[in-house]
Amino acid sequence: MVRAPCPFLLMDNDQPSTHSDRRRQLQMARSMCWHCQSEVTGEYFCERCVKVQPVSKETDYFTCLGFPRRLTLDPKKLEAKFYELSRTFHPDFYQTKSTDEQAISLSNAAVLNTAYRTLRDPIQRAEYLLALETGSVKDIRTSPPADLFEEILELQDTLEEYRASDRGSDQGHRLHTTLQTEQEALERRKVEMESQLRRLFADWDKLQDAGAATSSAKAERDRILKQMRELLSHRTYINNIVNDLAATIA
Amino acid sequence: MARIVGIDLGTTNSLVAYMHDGQPCIVPDRNGRTMVPSVVALTDNGLIVGDSAKEHLTRNPERTVYSVKRFMGKGLADVQNELAYFPYTLTETGGVIRIRLGQKSYSPPQISAMILKELKLRAEAYLGESITKAVITVPAYFNDSQRQATKDAGLIAGLEVLRIINEPTAASLAYGLQKNTQGTIAVYDFGGGTLDVSILKLKDGIFEVLATNGDTHLGGDDVDRLLVDLFIAEIRELEGIDISDHPDHMQAVRLEAERAKIRLSDELKTDIAIELPENKGRFTRELTRDQLESLATSVIERTLAPCRMAIKDAGLTPKDIDEVVLVGGSTRMPLVRQRVEALFGKPPHCHLNPDEVVALGAAVQADILSGGTTDMLLLDVTPLSLGIETMGGVMSSLIRRNTTIPASAKELFTTYVDGQTGVDIHILQGERELVKDNRSLARFRLKVPPLPAGVPRIEVTFLIDANGILNVTATDMRTGQSQSIEVKPSYGLSDTEVERMIEDSFKFAAEDIGARKLIEARLDAESLIKATDKSLAEAGHLVVREETDAIRTALSQLSTAKDGTDPRAIRARMAELEQAAKHLNTVMLDDSLKKGLHGKKVSEVS
Repeated sequence: MVRAPCPFLLMDNDQPSTHSDRRRQLQMARSMCWHCQSEVTGEYFCERCVKVQPVSKETDYFTCLGFPRRLTLDPKKLEAKFYELSRTFHPDFYQTKSTDEQAISLSNAAVLNTAYRTLRDPIQRAEYLLALETGSVKDIRTSPPADLFEEILELQDTLEEYRASDRGSDQGHRLHTTLQTEQEALERRKVEMESQLRRLFADWDKLQDAGAATSSAKAERDRILKQMRELLSHRTYINNIVNDLAATIA
Repeated sequence: MARIVGIDLGTTNSLVAYMHDGQPCIVPDRNGRTMVPSVVALTDNGLIVGDSAKEHLTRNPERTVYSVKRFMGKGLADVQNELAYFPYTLTETGGVIRIRLGQKSYSPPQISAMILKELKLRAEAYLGESITKAVITVPAYFNDSQRQATKDAGLIAGLEVLRIINEPTAASLAYGLQKNTQGTIAVYDFGGGTLDVSILKLKDGIFEVLATNGDTHLGGDDVDRLLVDLFIAEIRELEGIDISDHPDHMQAVRLEAERAKIRLSDELKTDIAIELPENKGRFTRELTRDQLESLATSVIERTLAPCRMAIKDAGLTPKDIDEVVLVGGSTRMPLVRQRVEALFGKPPHCHLNPDEVVALGAAVQADILSGGTTDMLLLDVTPLSLGIETMGGVMSSLIRRNTTIPASAKELFTTYVDGQTGVDIHILQGERELVKDNRSLARFRLKVPPLPAGVPRIEVTFLIDANGILNVTATDMRTGQSQSIEVKPSYGLSDTEVERMIEDSFKFAAEDIGARKLIEARLDAESLIKATDKSLAEAGHLVVREETDAIRTALSQLSTAKDGTDPRAIRARMAELEQAAKHLNTVMLDDSLKKGLHGKKVSEVS
């Protein structure tokens, strides 16, 4: 069977839109009720005809869940808001409504679920905020921390050696112990990076709360975002290695 | 809004439930039985379903279909290694299994539709209204093709399927309604043919599924098969007969194995008796619970890995689970309960009837959809990762397993050859790296305007709806126009095929209903005749001769009508007989009351 070439994936468009998309979306951005054409002032429903309104494509996940762009969020409050909005949008409650309303409920619920999934996890939340603030695509390139470069190369060799070895042999046992020690060391490093990240999160939130528009505030913002990007990239790298290690020596 | 019923379409048995005064109830048949065996048989008088069909398993094995759920959304290659166990003939057309019954072949959704129709009729007769809408349950681990096949079955049966809901989560709704629990629960659902494990968080009426796992090909059936294999080997050894050459006896062995397994849930030992073919007498043996358990242990062990996976995916450990709920007939086996208790470190909750709880939960969900129940909401997840094929035969995941549904993902596609007019997209479901190790769901061709490479921008949205079923839409980002996509399912009926089956089913529906009315009228007539005979014998002496004569005339007229084929005539004669015997029945009642007042039993005075 002759098949057309494989699809070429441009990017993950689930993320904040690029410039050209944004222009198009702005044209589509709603201010009028899709049903009665009156101006929508309510948050999720038209105040005049009480029809549910689509969550605009422009709405970021923080706004969607009614939280400010902060990196420390109370998981209980986030969950409560998610449950509340689920009761507002879930298709179960639109079964007796028109097809248009059902379609809006379905797509709103899907956006809400993605928003909650993203913000619930501190790492994904930070990655998403980075994408929002710097307009980059979702995938942050993963890279090893410079000081661990040599160590990781060596570790890859040991892993290969272990995979090829007889697990029951003395050599197998020895390699297993080495890898276990490595895994523990890397996990400690990961925990360390996470606490560094949490400090950066706090820095970010403090800066946002202050809301100063000075040039030093701008420099501080850029510093935080840059360091956060680097740390996130290193953490993901270490995390992948740890998972790989755990799977191999399990 | 018209009433929506909840249906548990099971591998072995099916049930239909409805909501009454805020409580879910199972619809019973005229004899009070709640379960309809999921069996369809072709007899000389046409197709029959349920208890009467079950009797044909041994009489007419080649023309009696059971466990059809195992074939939903599957191709023949998927079930190759179990074909030997089924006495009926399976073939394949267009990636869909077909089951041969006499001169015709039926797809699994058509057979399932017959079971659904039986449930629909049962509900209509009991509730006295027409039923056109339903919530149908499926195993949580069912993939997209299996869900779609279930939805098709509903359509063919003349039901609008408002929701496909997962069995363990349905059970949790029924459980939550009854117990009003908060906290984390694990539902272990081990039925006739499938295993599901779901971990849920219950809070303020929200039932949030954290993770689900399972095996759609693991159930009590597998335990029965091990017993069958054992008995066959012993019979071959002792009697020199190969039972597998005799389909009718094979079915007898299978049913005996199933019954023995069930008895051993309460008893420590039981006697097995199997009639041998060719008048070779009977094979008998004793089977102990220990023997059964040593056989079944391999099957039961296989159910524990999905439990561990689900707990891990939920980000929990067994001690975080507050309550374990057992669902499905196979959880009656003591060994299952022991193993589950050992895994979770707490005794499972088994106060709900494991056969009925799923249908009850489906009725609760139906009530939510119709706006009756507003304080409960189920947030379910997709059990398997969804992705597309990318370069090098690798699957690229778009929506990960255990993502709350509805869930959507968007991808932007372009071309890499000038003037390319189409991009083929292959949709997959599964957790493996390589395309070939995952389940192919569908393929479609995205139409692209002929432009230089890289210029076209088509955004494809993959949306998993609240049924766990995939919907695909595409938009040309340059023009903002949406384009329709014709998705060709890899293991499913095409839309036109489903439509034809619906038409067929309507065509035969009139005949079916006629036949059914006749059967019901005859059954009702028989019980009336029996009751009247009894009244005559007991109280005939209390009324005048003219009256008994009139009753006897009406009786004989009814029995003549009963042998005819007109259900209306039977009903008319029944009304006449009831009228003629009305006085007699009143007299009889007064008489027994009078005797009762004297403190004597009817038997003592007569």
